[in-house]
Amino acid sequence: MSDAVFRDNLALAQPVAPPAARKKRDSSAPTAALLLAPSLLFLALFTYAPILQALTQAFTIEKFGGKFAGYGFGNFQRLFFDAAFQKAFANTFLYGIGTVAPSLVIAVILAAALQESTRFNNLLRTIFFFPTLLPLVAAAALGSFVLMPGAGLLDYYLAQLGAAQTNWLGDPDIALYSIIGLTIWKNAGYYMLFALAGLQGIPSDIHEAAKLDGAGPITRFFRITLPLLMPTLAVIVVIALINVVTQVDHVIVLTGGGPSDSTNVLLNYIFQAAHEQHDIGRGAAATIVSVALLLALSFVSLKTLERGMHYES
Amino acid sequence: MQTTNAPSRPSAARLITIAVLSCVALVWSTPLLWMLVASVKAIPYGSLSAASLLPDGPPTSEHFVDAWIQGSFARWYLNTLIVTLGILVVQLVTIALAGYAFARMEFRGKSLLFHLFLLQLTLAAPILIVPNTMTIVKLGLYDTLAGVMAPYFASAFGVFLMRQTFKTIPRDFEEAAIIDGASLWQLIRLVLVPLARPGLVAFSIVSVTAHWNEFLWPLMVTDTPDNMVLTVGLASFVRSAQHAADWGLIAASTLLVAGPLLIAFALFQRQFVNSFLFTGVK
Repeated sequence: MSDAVFRDNLALAQPVAPPAARKKRDSSAPTAALLLAPSLLFLALFTYAPILQALTQAFTIEKFGGKFAGYGFGNFQRLFFDAAFQKAFANTFLYGIGTVAPSLVIAVILAAALQESTRFNNLLRTIFFFPTLLPLVAAAALGSFVLMPGAGLLDYYLAQLGAAQTNWLGDPDIALYSIIGLTIWKNAGYYMLFALAGLQGIPSDIHEAAKLDGAGPITRFFRITLPLLMPTLAVIVVIALINVVTQVDHVIVLTGGGPSDSTNVLLNYIFQAAHEQHDIGRGAAATIVSVALLLALSFVSLKTLERGMHYES
Repeated sequence: MQTTNAPSRPSAARLITIAVLSCVALVWSTPLLWMLVASVKAIPYGSLSAASLLPDGPPTSEHFVDAWIQGSFARWYLNTLIVTLGILVVQLVTIALAGYAFARMEFRGKSLLFHLFLLQLTLAAPILIVPNTMTIVKLGLYDTLAGVMAPYFASAFGVFLMRQTFKTIPRDFEEAAIIDGASLWQLIRLVLVPLARPGLVAFSIVSVTAHWNEFLWPLMVTDTPDNMVLTVGLASFVRSAQHAADWGLIAASTLLVAGPLLIAFALFQRQFVNSFLFTGVK
């Protein structure tokens, strides 16, 4: 009940008696509207309106020279029949699976191995976390050197082991995997941080009890740690999946989607359509497809976040 | 896996774990180490020895000088600072206000509005570059720093974070202040902001990191070199230097762009890690 009193007190900035429940709701509404207005203004301008705008644009048919010619599915037709788009769509899935699964496994293994807070472990945690702070463009700059055929870091040391040189970014069969490798290097340390936090939340007496029952470290990891870590892993997967769709800087800098669209992903495709080919209609249609994909993800993420909230309170 | 033995007797398994981890960490840090070494190493033009991690000869500052002369780094630093701090200042105001409303007030449609806000968490700005660029052009903000900043002035993520932060502050504090006759402004300045500091600091670190490192959106809406930010400048640099195989230059310019955040991290490591966790999990 003190909550209700206080809410009104704040709204009016002076002590008043608590009004009836229904009235109370309405009296704080103007203040709430005032507090929410700045955020809502910018959300409307740059999140809600753009979705509607992309929708209109995607269904707008233009004649040569940009003249309005009516509405229809023309842009989507051109989009779905575009081989580059099909490739980008397939690549996004491959890139998603190829980055999220290994990153998650590496993150959990590192977190489990570095769980104890010793000086040595803290140093290693820092090393694994460092790439997180690099701009993706800077990671790409490093990648351009590491992956350079022949003289690059990777080939230089592989050659000392007797391996032949590889065209890491120039071979269409390999390029996407090189990009995937770079992404894993960049993000795994970030996900490790969440896994570490998740591990800290597991009460140690469960482990003690299992130990008394004679369970070895491997058994305890798979029977206790991993199941209790599931909510954390769900959060990581959601973050990682959103990163898959929204992070593309390294692709733009390193390959521009090539060779022969082998590293083209959705956002790079949108970027090319809008920025390089100036085909706004097709770019908008591709945006709508991505928005739909992200909304499906957001549904999952909201469920996860809600669970997190309950857990907390 | 954590060790199960008494500290006095490190097992063979533990030693193997340490050895494997050290190797992995070495491989993991190699690109960064190379960047450090290459940025100060005199590499003969087009030489194949660039990949060696061992410094040969005394360190040189020529790559940094080259980078500084060939790029507009002074300008790019200034632009990046204006963009990151400009975004942050506006964000802190908008998220604190909205976060407070969601944490403390009851009003009709609250839940619906909250979910509308959360929509922005997933429909992140990069995916909306096509319509947003058109909006920026219409607003007359194309090729301006304001255009780079504008889409980020509202942050659903920040609102969510501040809502959680305000919820952890006991209402008693605010009530006591009001009973003592504090005005709304005094309440905000003396009670709410100091108590919400952990949330504000955590958000600031994550926001500055994100926008310092951002690339795609500034690339879309800026055109002239005078309005570029560091990442966009670096990308144009990498493309031209790559053809010349000028790795010293690439390493030095990469370090110029990433350096400030890496140094900040080294100095405030705990604060950084806590912020990333705080903002991710809560």
